[in-house]
Amino acid sequence: MGDRTFRWITTSCAAVVLLLVAGFFVCLVLSCRPSLAQFGWRFLVTSDWDPVTGQFGALSSIFGTLVSTVIAMLIAVPLSLVIALFLTELAPPMLRRVTGTAIELLAAVPSIIFGMWGLFVFAPFMARHVEPALGKGLGFLPLFHGPPMGIGMLTAGIILALMILPFISSVMRDVFQMVPPVVKESAYGMGATTWEVTRKITMRYGVRGLLGACFLGLGRAVGETMAVTFVIGNNHDISASLFAAGNSIASTLANEFTEANGKLYLSSLVELGLILFVVSFFLQVFAHLWLKSLTRSMGAGL
Amino acid sequence: MIHRPATGRKLTNQLVKVVSACGASVGILALAWILLVVIGKGAAAINWDFFFHRTLPTGEAGGGIGNAIVGSAVLVGLAIAFGVPIGLMVGVYLAEFGRDTRLGAAVRFSANVMMGIPSIIVGLFVYTLIVVPTHSFSGWAGAVALAILMLPVVARTSEDMLQLVPNALRESALALGAPRWKVTFQIVFRAARVGLLTGVLLAIARVSGETAPLLFTALNSPYWPTTLNDSVANLPVTIFNYAMSPYEDWVRLAWGASLLITVGVLALNISSRLILRRSAHE
Repeated sequence: MGDRTFRWITTSCAAVVLLLVAGFFVCLVLSCRPSLAQFGWRFLVTSDWDPVTGQFGALSSIFGTLVSTVIAMLIAVPLSLVIALFLTELAPPMLRRVTGTAIELLAAVPSIIFGMWGLFVFAPFMARHVEPALGKGLGFLPLFHGPPMGIGMLTAGIILALMILPFISSVMRDVFQMVPPVVKESAYGMGATTWEVTRKITMRYGVRGLLGACFLGLGRAVGETMAVTFVIGNNHDISASLFAAGNSIASTLANEFTEANGKLYLSSLVELGLILFVVSFFLQVFAHLWLKSLTRSMGAGL
Repeated sequence: MIHRPATGRKLTNQLVKVVSACGASVGILALAWILLVVIGKGAAAINWDFFFHRTLPTGEAGGGIGNAIVGSAVLVGLAIAFGVPIGLMVGVYLAEFGRDTRLGAAVRFSANVMMGIPSIIVGLFVYTLIVVPTHSFSGWAGAVALAILMLPVVARTSEDMLQLVPNALRESALALGAPRWKVTFQIVFRAARVGLLTGVLLAIARVSGETAPLLFTALNSPYWPTTLNDSVANLPVTIFNYAMSPYEDWVRLAWGASLLITVGVLALNISSRLILRRSAHE
């Protein structure tokens, strides 16, 4: 009798998890009906965002999310790769522990703290040192036009990179450790250097795992909110320059939601949230399925 | 195989070593830079008033963030009360009953996916679920949002920890005639208590600094928290509002609050690591 209740209670708690994931979707779809009805698919491809005239389009937010995420991935993926390499192959044990702990603590720092540091310390640093240098050296590209304000896409992308780096590098480290030592040792025995073993054996063996790590990082970067909100500038214009202020889906939500009045404005914001949810949901599902099939084929736990 | 001189290959190897050491130092330096700034600017804000006065409206000098500290503690405490028991039960289901079932696999997968869903979406969800029907931002909504964020973390870590308990222990208890629930709570939980505690501490650390889910739920308030049916002051949203304000006093308070949150979150993280390491040595 007691056991049947016990089993029933744990099973229904487990069902809560499934209900919640379904609930996210249902609740968001139900609450953005006004804007779905008003704008339809046009919502995705127009960039007007004017609460006064009641015109809403998600394009500038989607664009900003894409650009900041791409910058973050371009920086974070190679950096995570060398960090994972350092942690598994190169670092002496003492240094390995210190570095590993530091990277893990970087993942624990709350988003809003990155935001404070980004707004008051890193953005001015970018404006004073990095962006003028980039403008001088690469100013012929439209990407680096415009006044160096510090606040904008580039700064947001760099801070995002720092935030997702621990997640990517920890999965990459696991992937590196899955390579059977015998395979590596035989390559070393042939006289290969550490880098040759890494590039030709470890990375080739674990290439799918490395990709899975990137997808997990991508899923994180897409929805990061507070740090991006602090430094992206919150502007609904689309600009080719990375120095220009922009917005992302999450930053628009964080900034405008509590001040939004009117059904259409609110439901447009919820629809932005729905887009973000669907994108990050499928990224997560894909990454986990990918890593799971990988684990099965390699017969080891990730 | 084409013969290549060893010097070039060795040089590449050295270069890669240098590059990877530089990469690792980028991570360490970023952490050090952030911590130094937060400690430096935050320490300057901390005094008696900071802890024991509430936030004041613009124009009035002084004030602290006592109300936000209390509010945050209440919200996180309630989130623990909601999220941890359910999370533990999910972990029990996954480890004891659902190891090889379809439902178990689906729940495990959903929990993994939930951990990667942006926290702002959780805030939006709770907004549509609780704030809209009740027509009011509330402490309850904030606590529920934080609890939802904790749930998958507690569930997955407790599953992992419970699975580490050897089956022989369960079998010997069952053979003595103990019912399943007694075996779980009195034998398996006791064997896995260190791991379970670590999981809970990490989940608390994860939600303590969360801002985005509170923006649409608990919002913020300049008053001492007296009811959970209205918006409740809390540290993260106070930081967000004050940092964006043009007043020097408020920005100073935001730094103080940042220091408080950073120290709290990192202390929880480090202590859970230490607990786990010590038990591994035993």
